[in-house]
Amino acid sequence: MGRTRRIPLPALAATSLVLVTTAIAFVFFVAPNDADQGFSQRIFYFHVSLAFTAYACFAGGAWNAFRHLWKRDPRADLRSYVCVHQGLIFGTLVLLTGSIWAKISWGRWWIWSEDELVLFLVLYLFYCAYFMLRFSVDPGPQRANLSAVYALFGVVLIPVSFAAIRLAKTLLHPVVFTPHGPNFGGWILVTYCLAQVAMLVLAYTLYRLELGAKRLDGRLRRLREVLV
Amino acid sequence: MTYARDVGALARKDLLLELRARDTLPAMLLFVVSTFVVFHFSLPAHPSRLAASGLLWVAILFTALLGLGRAFVPEREQRVLDGLVLAPCDRSAIWLGKSIATLAFLVAAEVVALPVYALFFRPLSGAAVLGVALADVGICAVGTFLGAMAVTTRARELILPLLFLPLAIPIVIGGVGSGAADSPGRYLGFLVLYDLLFAVVCWASFEYVVAE
Repeated sequence: MGRTRRIPLPALAATSLVLVTTAIAFVFFVAPNDADQGFSQRIFYFHVSLAFTAYACFAGGAWNAFRHLWKRDPRADLRSYVCVHQGLIFGTLVLLTGSIWAKISWGRWWIWSEDELVLFLVLYLFYCAYFMLRFSVDPGPQRANLSAVYALFGVVLIPVSFAAIRLAKTLLHPVVFTPHGPNFGGWILVTYCLAQVAMLVLAYTLYRLELGAKRLDGRLRRLREVLV
Repeated sequence: MTYARDVGALARKDLLLELRARDTLPAMLLFVVSTFVVFHFSLPAHPSRLAASGLLWVAILFTALLGLGRAFVPEREQRVLDGLVLAPCDRSAIWLGKSIATLAFLVAAEVVALPVYALFFRPLSGAAVLGVALADVGICAVGTFLGAMAVTTRARELILPLLFLPLAIPIVIGGVGSGAADSPGRYLGFLVLYDLLFAVVCWASFEYVVAE
């Protein structure tokens, strides 16, 4: 991985700008209105693609955590942290868009019968705790190890929570609506894919930006230590 | 087998310490009973089956947190953990020994708490008791692991509930289901799965928590 040429950050930023703008244009002007829910259904293009992106970020965080523990890759700890950080940012947006959608569809800001949303809340709390953990340990190998182990717990927690929430739903909440197979095709699919790619590229751009800034920060600190 | 002997010795050390100092178990007992009394006054006069079952789980979880928060305090205060890490035994034995000891405390607290709950609120079914027993294993396995993590941080006791509660949500779902559902089999099965999965993960990764 180390020596391969990477896409320069300005090009990446320009690409994500074009993609996100096009995706927004597609969502509002090209995709047809949903027969059932009308205009408000369009938030789903963002909601779903944001959720997928956040999962991808968490998976990236776990993968780098694994690399840190397994290969002792010295750069993996920072990468893992930045991935989780981006995941949390996108996760916040998932919760916000989900909440807006719930308000429009059911007239309430939060509904417990929506599995995906509840799962996200659990994960959100989990990864917030990751930050609490990370910031209460001094920088060093100990912090890297603890963060990595906790990030790996997340990978186990996702399927377990998902199963648990499904179980709880049958007990605690009546099933409000069943996901009938959406008629995925034509412009809907194109718009969704575009939104998804746009979000992924945006996340990657932000990841690279933050990683670069964090590395620069570290180098600056080391330089200062040498000078002092 | 030496591994089992190591684990046994570590668990025995904690139990002996508790037997002599008696500072965790009485606190857990008093806490759980006081919680029930508080719940009685904060709930409607005749809580539904689900509500009553829910408060049992809140009480169990917080009582467990009380015990787990104390679990690594002697290690930290006397710097025993450094010695244990240097000892020629598998490091996961430290986790297993400590988990067994905390499990013993939690079960001892529940031996009193469950009859008190049945007396104050409503009787428990066999499946509910089994659910509590299975959940205890998961709570102690994950909680001890996170307790070892928390004790190395600056925030210490403050951070353990934050780390633990998101991971405990599936336990609560399984536990409430095993007590309140008409067919508790699925919930009990889920709890077994949770216990096995997280026990393996904790066992395999404990090394990284204590090693520098």
